[in-house]
Amino acid sequence: MADPMRIRAQASGDKATIRVLMSHEMETGQRKDAAGKTVPAWFIQEVTAKLNGKDVFSAEWGPAVSKNPFLQFTVKGAKAGDKIAVTWKDNKGDTRTDEATVS
Amino acid sequence: MQTRRETLKQSAVVAGLLASAGFPQFTHASVNKAAFDAKTVQDAARAAGAKSMAESKDVTIIGPDIAENGAVVPLGASTTLSGVKQLLIMVEKNPSALVALFNVTDTVDANFSTRAKMGQSSDVYAVALMNDGRALWAKKEVKVTLGGCGG
Repeated sequence: MADPMRIRAQASGDKATIRVLMSHEMETGQRKDAAGKTVPAWFIQEVTAKLNGKDVFSAEWGPAVSKNPFLQFTVKGAKAGDKIAVTWKDNKGDTRTDEATVS
Repeated sequence: MQTRRETLKQSAVVAGLLASAGFPQFTHASVNKAAFDAKTVQDAARAAGAKSMAESKDVTIIGPDIAENGAVVPLGASTTLSGVKQLLIMVEKNPSALVALFNVTDTVDANFSTRAKMGQSSDVYAVALMNDGRALWAKKEVKVTLGGCGG
């Protein structure tokens, strides 16, 4: 199981800016190890977010997103106290969800 | 007694079954593999569903002029247009151009940022895929002093 994400959700007006820092290796599948073997690709493929249990955001990523990825997006109609849950799924089927409260 | 040939045949059948059944977590994934495999900006946009491409002032790409470390290049894409289906971030000279694909819905602003890896200095693109199949793009050159794709 991967390390938890760090999520910061800040409301301003009727919108909330969500910043997420995920913890993931994000191997591209291009790198070679010391023995000259290609390191297999291992990266986050899907990212979704829910606001109070309702889907609000989804994205698809390729291996070119940097290691320990950062993501920022803005959710409309979010206010302080709302719960935002971010989920990622990598190409090995591993998944992780973390939740934060909009402040 | 099972001969080697029979064993091979059986394992081939099993492998075939596995291949057709697939791993459940991959079969219903909505990931657009063709777009992420595409080598060029045009191919990736086409694989994502673009029919025509045009430059637009209403699409913005945010990025540094010079990136010291190609492994972490902050890139952002935004647009003021309405009727946008997806926002794509691409790096032209990466092995696969498409970095990230964000679905634009009425619950999120069409403004996303993330960090990308860049192998070398290249043009980076923000592509807005419209509901009617048009792809509107903006580009910016980012100079990389240290590559981020191994090697």
